[in-house]
Amino acid sequence: MNLLAAVGRVFLSFLEHTGRLSVFTAVALSHCLRPPIYHRLIGRQMLEIGYFSLPVVGLTAIFTGMVLALQSHTGFARFQAEGAVATVVVISMTRELGPVLAGLMVAGRIGAAMAAEIGTMQVTEQIDALATLSTNPYKYLVAPRLIAGILMVPCLVLIADIIGVFGGFLVGAYQLGYNPATYIHSTWEYLKPIDVLSGLVKASVFGFVISLMGCYNGYHSRGGAQGVGQATTNAVVSASILILTTNYVLTALFFNK
Amino acid sequence: MTDQPKIQLIDVHKSFGPKTVLDGVTVDIARGESFVIIGGSGTGKSVTLKCILGLMRPDRGRILVDGEDVVDMSARDHERVMKKFGMLFQGGALFDSLPVWENVAFGLIQGLRMDRRKARKKAVEKLAQVGLAADVADLSPSELSGGMQKRVALARAIAAEPEIIFFDEPTTGLDPIMADVINDLIVKCVKELGATAVSITHDMHSARKISDRMAMLYHGRLIWTGATVDVDRADNPYVDQFIHGRADGPIKMELRR
Repeated sequence: MNLLAAVGRVFLSFLEHTGRLSVFTAVALSHCLRPPIYHRLIGRQMLEIGYFSLPVVGLTAIFTGMVLALQSHTGFARFQAEGAVATVVVISMTRELGPVLAGLMVAGRIGAAMAAEIGTMQVTEQIDALATLSTNPYKYLVAPRLIAGILMVPCLVLIADIIGVFGGFLVGAYQLGYNPATYIHSTWEYLKPIDVLSGLVKASVFGFVISLMGCYNGYHSRGGAQGVGQATTNAVVSASILILTTNYVLTALFFNK
Repeated sequence: MTDQPKIQLIDVHKSFGPKTVLDGVTVDIARGESFVIIGGSGTGKSVTLKCILGLMRPDRGRILVDGEDVVDMSARDHERVMKKFGMLFQGGALFDSLPVWENVAFGLIQGLRMDRRKARKKAVEKLAQVGLAADVADLSPSELSGGMQKRVALARAIAAEPEIIFFDEPTTGLDPIMADVINDLIVKCVKELGATAVSITHDMHSARKISDRMAMLYHGRLIWTGATVDVDRADNPYVDQFIHGRADGPIKMELRR
C-alpha cells in the first residue's frame, strides 16, 4: 500500500511540474512575441550570455579540439588512417562537441545566474513589486532572457567551432608533424554546410532550454536562501540533462535518414 | 455613486492545501479612508492584500474595486485596474539591479511610458517628498540603511500617484523613531494624494496613528471592525488582548501542536 502511495505521489508531482512548466513556457513565449519588447534588457542579456561567456567557452573549445586531434591521431595510427584526423576534428566539433560542450558550460554559468537572480527577486517580493508597478514579470524578466539565449548561444557555438578546429590544427601541425597546408585543406575538403548548420540549430535550442530552466526554477523558488540554492541546482541539472537528451533527438532528426 | 466603496471583499476564502488562511473575509473600504488590518503573524493579512492585488487567486468569494470584480477579469482589464494601485512591501522589495532613482521612477518609465529624463526629475521630487536628498538618487539600494530603503520604497509606491496604496508592515524592522517618521510620511502622502490606504500591521502604535478605521483578522475572519477611536472600547476580548499585547487571553499562541 505504502509503495503504491509513494509511486503515485512521485507520478502526481511529475505531472504537476510538467503542467506548470508547459504553462510557464507558453506564457513566456507569448510575451516574447507581443509588444512592448524591452530592447535595452534584451541587449543586456545578450551581452551577459554572449560576450561574458566567451572566455569559458573558448577555453573549453580549444582544449577539446586539441585533445580530439591527439586522440584521433593515436587511435587512427593503429590502422594507418592518420589522414582522417583533420576531418574527424572538424566534423566532431561542428556537429556535436561544439554545441554540447558550449551548451553545458553556458548552462553552468548562465542558467545558475538566472535562477539565482530571479529566485532572489521572488523570495524578496521584487517580482510581486513588478506586478504592482504595471510591469508584467514574464515580459520584463523572462522574455528578454529567452530571446537572448536563443540568439546568442549559436553565436558562441560558431566561435567555439572555429577555436576548436584551430586547437586541433595547432596540435596537428606543431606536435604531430602534419603539413599545415594539407591539414587545412583536408579540414575543408569533407566539411558540408549541414554539419555546421545542424550544430547551430542545436545551439539555439540549447540556448532556449538554458534560459527557460534558469527562469522557471528561479520563478518558482520558495523559502529564502535555501530555496534559491535549490532552484540554482535544479536549473543547472535540468538544463544539462535536457541538453543531452534533446541533442540525441536532434541528431537523430538531422542525420538518421 | 459617490458612496460606492472603493474596495469590497465579499466572503473571500483562500486555503493552501489543508491549511485555511482566509475563511470568509467580508469588508467594505470607503473611498479616501485609511483602513488598517491588525492581527498576529500568520493570520492571513498579507494573503488578503495579495488577493486584492491579483497576485493570488482566492478560492471563493468576490473582490470588487470601484465596483469591478477583479477576480475573474481578463489580463488586459486587470492591467488597467492595477494602475490604480501602489504598494509598499514589507522588505521594501527594491530592485537591487537598478539605482535608487530608477526604482522610484520604475512605474513611470515601464507602466506609463514616461521619458527617462522627465521620469528622473519626478523621482527626485518624490524622494524629496519622503525627506531624501537628491544625492541618494544615484546610489544603489544596497548602500542605504533600512529606514532609507523604506522611504525609497514609499517614494516608489506613490510615484505614479495611485488611487489606492497598500502598506505591508510599514514599520517592521525599524527603530521606534524611524518607525514614527515613516508613520508621519504615510499620513502625509496619503492625505496629499487623497488616496485610499489599506495597511496591515501588528504594530499598534503605528496602526492607531495612520488609520481612520481598523479591523482585526483572526483565524481567517475579521472578528472586529470599527473606527480607530473606538478600538479601546471594542468590548471584544480578542481585540483587547491584542492591543494590550498580553500573553494571556482568548488568543492562544500555537507553541505546541
